[in-house]
Amino acid sequence: MKHLKEDELIAYREGVSECRSVIVEHLAGCEECRGELERIEAVLAALDTLPVPDPGGDYGRRVWQQIAPRLAEKPGRWWQAWLKPRRLAAAGGVVVMIVAAFVAGRISKRGNAGDNVANREQVRERVLVLAVGQHLGHSERMLVELSNAAPDNPKQKEVNISAEQRRAEDLLEENRMYRQTALQEGDSGLASVLDELERVLLDVAHSPEEVTPAQLEAIQKKIEARGILFKVRVVNKELQQRQEATKPTPAQSESVKRERNKA
Amino acid sequence: MNRMQQSVDSTQAIAESDAVTVERTLAGDRDAYRVLVERHSHNVFRLAYRMTGNRHDAEEVVQEAFLRGYQKLGQFAARSNFGTWVYRIAANYAIDRMRQRRKEEARREAPRAEECDGMENDPLNHVQDKAPTPERLTQSIELRRQMERALAALSEAERTAFVMRHWEGCGIEEIAVVLKSSSNATKNTVFRAVQKLRQALQPFVETKTQARAMGTES
Repeated sequence: MKHLKEDELIAYREGVSECRSVIVEHLAGCEECRGELERIEAVLAALDTLPVPDPGGDYGRRVWQQIAPRLAEKPGRWWQAWLKPRRLAAAGGVVVMIVAAFVAGRISKRGNAGDNVANREQVRERVLVLAVGQHLGHSERMLVELSNAAPDNPKQKEVNISAEQRRAEDLLEENRMYRQTALQEGDSGLASVLDELERVLLDVAHSPEEVTPAQLEAIQKKIEARGILFKVRVVNKELQQRQEATKPTPAQSESVKRERNKA
Repeated sequence: MNRMQQSVDSTQAIAESDAVTVERTLAGDRDAYRVLVERHSHNVFRLAYRMTGNRHDAEEVVQEAFLRGYQKLGQFAARSNFGTWVYRIAANYAIDRMRQRRKEEARREAPRAEECDGMENDPLNHVQDKAPTPERLTQSIELRRQMERALAALSEAERTAFVMRHWEGCGIEEIAVVLKSSSNATKNTVFRAVQKLRQALQPFVETKTQARAMGTES
């Protein structure tokens, strides 16, 4: 007897088989194939026990709260979303970076042809490093303020963190762009820290505007436990060093000037 | 009226009500979109969690799916089902997120991979466990870890195809649209995913079956 192939049994089990009746007929008379099907089913049944966390009964409401401030008044064309001030600012930052890198590249073209590629790369990296450094600086300041926030008096039942929350929302947009750029550039270390920072920014952006002292303490502990402030500082320091290292030396500048004069 | 008929009727009612809500949103009633978000976010979260395997990414996928859905609502054909449509957007974004995550982890954790392989090949993991309680618990934790690992080892397309077909019950055509692939190729992707999962998990599942046969599994 010709037995069923594994993919025929999988197709049957997953309900995508085109010859179901033939398979049913075969299974009725073939113990070996029934055993094989049972083994496939056992694996799938085990996978079915993997739990999915319950996001909570008010999850839909929370999602709405998170996305509502980012929605345009009227849905419509994709480009309209980019006209929102926050997105415009973040996109503007990236555009400025690209233009600056381009202009710098054009200027460095006038120098020694051999040095051109290296120069352009250096300038481009410096612009990126500068922009990300600023972003990390802003994030650090926001996190420090949040870590030091405390109720004005012991009887205060709620603390308002709406300012930090709005800043976290703004930083989140930028952070996503820089993380993606870092990934494209192959800078995995920076991308990894930006990813961790994104999680913290998400937590802050999604917190209620008014939190109880206990909730505030929980947020602060989370920031502390992740060690994100330390990581942000270390990366920022590294970026500053990189910036220093990519600055043209006086000798290089002189040689560029000489080349320019010759031309 | 039987339960299946009731379920079909309720799905149809939701789809009709979704269509009306989409119209209202397009007419400028932004808050109408809230109804759609609240109605579908649990389902989208479940899909996103199963695809990405972690809560943080799943929540990001849900938000991004509804944001993109709103931005593209003008392109949504009224005859389609909003639930299916936003689901597709979420699946596409989840694929992108998985790719990014994989790249990040490959770069970050290259040295740790050897340790993981060592654990997978540890013969102790394959030893049959006859004792009942604490060991059984360990075995179940180990099985769960192996399942998560096996799912993580699938390619983005395989994981998407498996999650959408096996857990979410989506049609092959629908999955093919997400994977930008043909129906036949999509079917093959489902087969490949199940084969890989089976290969990775069979030893652990068999151990469980054997334990049950021995009367040590409740």
